[in-house]
Amino acid sequence: HEQKCVKCKEGPPVVVIRAGDAFCRDCFKAFYVHKFRAMLGKNRLIFPGEKVLLAWSGGPSSSSMVWQVLEGLSQDSAKRLRFVPGVIYVDEGAACGQSAEDRAETLAQVKLVLQTVGFPWHLVALEEVFGLPPSVLCCSVPEPTGAEGAYKAAVDSFLRQQHVPQGEGAQDGSSPAQEQGQLCQPPMQKPLGLPSLAGSPAAAQTEALSRLFHSVKTLTAKEELLQTLRTHLILHVARAHGYSKVMTGESCTRLAVKLMTNLALGRGAFLAWDTGFSDERHGDVVLVRPMRDHTLKEVAFYNRLFAVPSVFTPAIDTKAPEKASIHRLMEAFLLRLQTQFPSTVSTVYRTSEKLAKAPRDGRAAGPRCLLCMCALDVDDADSATAFGAQTSPHFSPMQPPAEARPPPAPCCVPGVGRAQGCCRGACGRENPHVCVIEQLCYGCRVNMKDLSPRPAGGPGVSDR
Amino acid sequence: MPAPPCTSCHTARAALRRPRSGHALCGACFCATFEAEVLHTVLAGRLLPPGAVVAVGASGGKDSTVLAHVLRELAPRLDISLQLVAVDEGIGGYRDAALAAVQRQAARWELPLTVVAYADLFGGWTMDAVARSTAGLGRSRSCCTFCGVLRRRALEEGARLVGATHIVTGHNADDMAETVLMNFLRGDTGRLARGGGLGSPGEGGALPRCRPLQFASQKEVVLYAHFRRLDYFSEECVYAPEAFRGHARDLLKRLEAARPSAVLDLVHSAERLALAPAALPPRPGACSRCGALASRALCQACALLDGLNRGRPRLAIGKGRRGLDEEGPPGDRARPPASEAIPAF
Repeated sequence: HEQKCVKCKEGPPVVVIRAGDAFCRDCFKAFYVHKFRAMLGKNRLIFPGEKVLLAWSGGPSSSSMVWQVLEGLSQDSAKRLRFVPGVIYVDEGAACGQSAEDRAETLAQVKLVLQTVGFPWHLVALEEVFGLPPSVLCCSVPEPTGAEGAYKAAVDSFLRQQHVPQGEGAQDGSSPAQEQGQLCQPPMQKPLGLPSLAGSPAAAQTEALSRLFHSVKTLTAKEELLQTLRTHLILHVARAHGYSKVMTGESCTRLAVKLMTNLALGRGAFLAWDTGFSDERHGDVVLVRPMRDHTLKEVAFYNRLFAVPSVFTPAIDTKAPEKASIHRLMEAFLLRLQTQFPSTVSTVYRTSEKLAKAPRDGRAAGPRCLLCMCALDVDDADSATAFGAQTSPHFSPMQPPAEARPPPAPCCVPGVGRAQGCCRGACGRENPHVCVIEQLCYGCRVNMKDLSPRPAGGPGVSDR
Repeated sequence: MPAPPCTSCHTARAALRRPRSGHALCGACFCATFEAEVLHTVLAGRLLPPGAVVAVGASGGKDSTVLAHVLRELAPRLDISLQLVAVDEGIGGYRDAALAAVQRQAARWELPLTVVAYADLFGGWTMDAVARSTAGLGRSRSCCTFCGVLRRRALEEGARLVGATHIVTGHNADDMAETVLMNFLRGDTGRLARGGGLGSPGEGGALPRCRPLQFASQKEVVLYAHFRRLDYFSEECVYAPEAFRGHARDLLKRLEAARPSAVLDLVHSAERLALAPAALPPRPGACSRCGALASRALCQACALLDGLNRGRPRLAIGKGRRGLDEEGPPGDRARPPASEAIPAF
């Protein structure tokens, strides 16, 4: 017998959401778009006229996000999105072992899509991370979060500005283009302010990046390193061009996997930042995840039904066996469990919403991790790590720490100037490596173990 | 290739490499280190003050055997006295064999042993009876849910019988890691908020509980038992394959293969979780029937037993706790024979 869409009861159903809810094409689109808008709307973090950088990986979720923004900006004024977008694509081919030809081919496809989208875009290679100044590791003073009324006031004043140049009557369709035109850069423009890379990155840098990733012993640590470098690069581009927000396209499914993965990596203290809607740890630029309510299945169906362009690029763990990394394992486990308990992903996701961004015992935040910028979650009296001689280099392996040792004074003064890196052993430490370890959170310390024990653990932590 | 010398005493040949640090140790040094670390856990957390009468939950399995042995070694230094308390859940073919092991240990160590049985405490409900009652309900039997809750109650009762001031159980780091994984997979924010610490300080009149082996990985517990030649019972409970924990355990084993420190990393994560205030469970009150700590009108044990006695075993399981406040008709058919009112604790 004929089934109808459960929502409008008229159209022919084309896709099943959750268990047994069949939607027709139009209702599905409305449902999907509404989720996106509601996520932005209820969080009230994106102010009108704000410059927002869309982090596009080429994958389905971020492609869908870019498309939502594109459609959202071009609608009629009442429901139009109100910020100023740009797109960034990071070419990670060197870290993933792609050949130069493959990278060039991918970039060609990427440029096509970027031109179709039409926002100002920034195409950067991961190699550029070597050219970043140390200040990128600095956490600048976060802007005071406005009171509830500030958002509303901002929206109101924006609306008033919009109406002023027009007379009575119909909405002037060219006005959105005007205000965008002032801030819009022509699409073909190369990003300014970064070390000049006239074309593809220098072979030496590609070689260096490739060597760096090869020196990492486990795929788990490689994935984490890649994320860290990519984030720093994107943040740098955002700061250089005046973007105050970065949108990333993680879906509900990906975030559930990320939450469990980070739990296993020892990042339990930071789950709210790693998987929440907004991540303000970097201070001046806030990361935002508008796709966090969309499941991967919904994204896939939407992209197919509405022809959202995307570009496939192999990732660092493409075709890796299941047990190759914690990330891989967790993803496979969750998706397998999901088949038996269909609410698994949504349960994990909803639990992530109940996490708070605060140190557990209410202490004020102390020094920040060099790599991930979160407040350090280790102190020397730490119970679990007190036995984990792997993370703390100060305990002799044989004697358990029976007496409480005074915490060794950090050789580098914490604070803004700390980003200048280690004081080059002037503090009398035998091993600059130890200096670095002390300034990392638990999770980053464990990752560092998988890097070769040379000070050049990565840009910004080498001896500058 | 001959084994390297022990990195601690430098004389004996190393017999193992510690999973967490990769250091090579001989058997004697490993055992000494293990005991020293347990001692540190107890001292640093101030878990067992001098003069404590400590009830050890003894199941006959490797964890409680190692726990009892280590605490017996450390008892003079800690100035505590030990009592073995074993719980008989009434699982045929499993618990009786395990109890025999506990009897042997009690005799060998010359420690007093008390056995408390579900059948006596809970009006005739043995685990086998519970399993029969919950069988055939479509989804898995969830008899493990009953067992966990009732065992804690039974342990408490046994500890009081012997005049204990503290209860210790043999949970190891792997157990803690599995628990935090499980709690996230099932969205149990209540347990996430409560767990991850050093046991419970004993609210609402309950005895303080702790887990001295909390930071010892399961591998090391097994190795310790091996080097000390301890006699324990190593079979799996008959109902274990049905427990959800099996999924978490399977995941943990795989994670450990990919990254050996995964167990400790999870324990660290569990300790540092921060839940939003709105998600925290409300302060618990007292059970209206038995007076124990409860976050609802009835404590979990009373609620579960209530469900069993009314022929609706799933009454208190899961999120929809409907019907808990209903009074069942008197003289229910499901009530096991010769039952008395649930004893006041």
